Amino acid sequence: MDVRDVMRVLDADLICGEENLDTEVHDACGSDMMSDVLAFVKNQAVLLTGLVNIQVVRTADMMDMVCIVFVRGKEPDEDMIALAKRRGMVLMKTSHRMFTACGLLWENGLRGGVTD
Amino acid sequence: MVSEEGLPISTLKWTYEVDGSDFTRAGEASSNVKKNLRKLGVSPEVIRKVSIALYEGEINMVIHADGGHIDVEVSPDKITMVLADTGKGIADIDKAMQEGWSTAPDEVRSLGFGAGMGLPNMKKYSDEMRIESTVGVGTTVYMTVYTGG
Repeated sequence: MDVRDVMRVLDADLICGEENLDTEVHDACGSDMMSDVLAFVKNQAVLLTGLVNIQVVRTADMMDMVCIVFVRGKEPDEDMIALAKRRGMVLMKTSHRMFTACGLLWENGLRGGVTD
Repeated sequence: MVSEEGLPISTLKWTYEVDGSDFTRAGEASSNVKKNLRKLGVSPEVIRKVSIALYEGEINMVIHADGGHIDVEVSPDKITMVLADTGKGIADIDKAMQEGWSTAPDEVRSLGFGAGMGLPNMKKYSDEMRIESTVGVGTTVYMTVYTGG
């Protein structure tokens, strides 16, 4: 699926990164603990999180992720959006909770990826 | 490749000051290093290892040590990183290296860090890591990632 499909499946609102909605994604990671993302993520392109601070965008950037989904309708602030834009990253928010959002994406073909 | 003085002519050095008072800026140095390495055409896997190791180190400097400075040296076969602070030091390095062991305050955990994964992650993503620390004086972490160049 591509990022546009992620948005559709999660009934999510796009925050920024419209130009990258066609990027293909295969794997995702759901976590509020950025150290875990840094420890275990390998090639997952989508990060689902309920955490909202600038380090979420930095962590995703370090991991070369292409899209961050904020669950439970959480709103990133302006600094986060500005950084995501500079990195060409897609930000979106969904009203679904973490478990439901992950389940919906799994059901539609996204997987957890490889961990090392 | 070496110069007449015996120094590798393609060695690059970058220095960064890490502001310990501003958590929102933690990661700026790592982000900059990542961008520079990409420009140099370093392989994505090496860039990834360096950025993650450095980023965790930078976060540590802000959480535990009120900032410090980072020196990054890029030579043809390796990237070395030295992260030096004058913070409170690490009393028990072996313990600090254990996954899940942390002295970070709860407020740090609510920001997505402080789960005791920082130093283990730095070790995991660097090829060599050495820590020198004296309680009350500070900590210096040396990390090397080989580029295979």
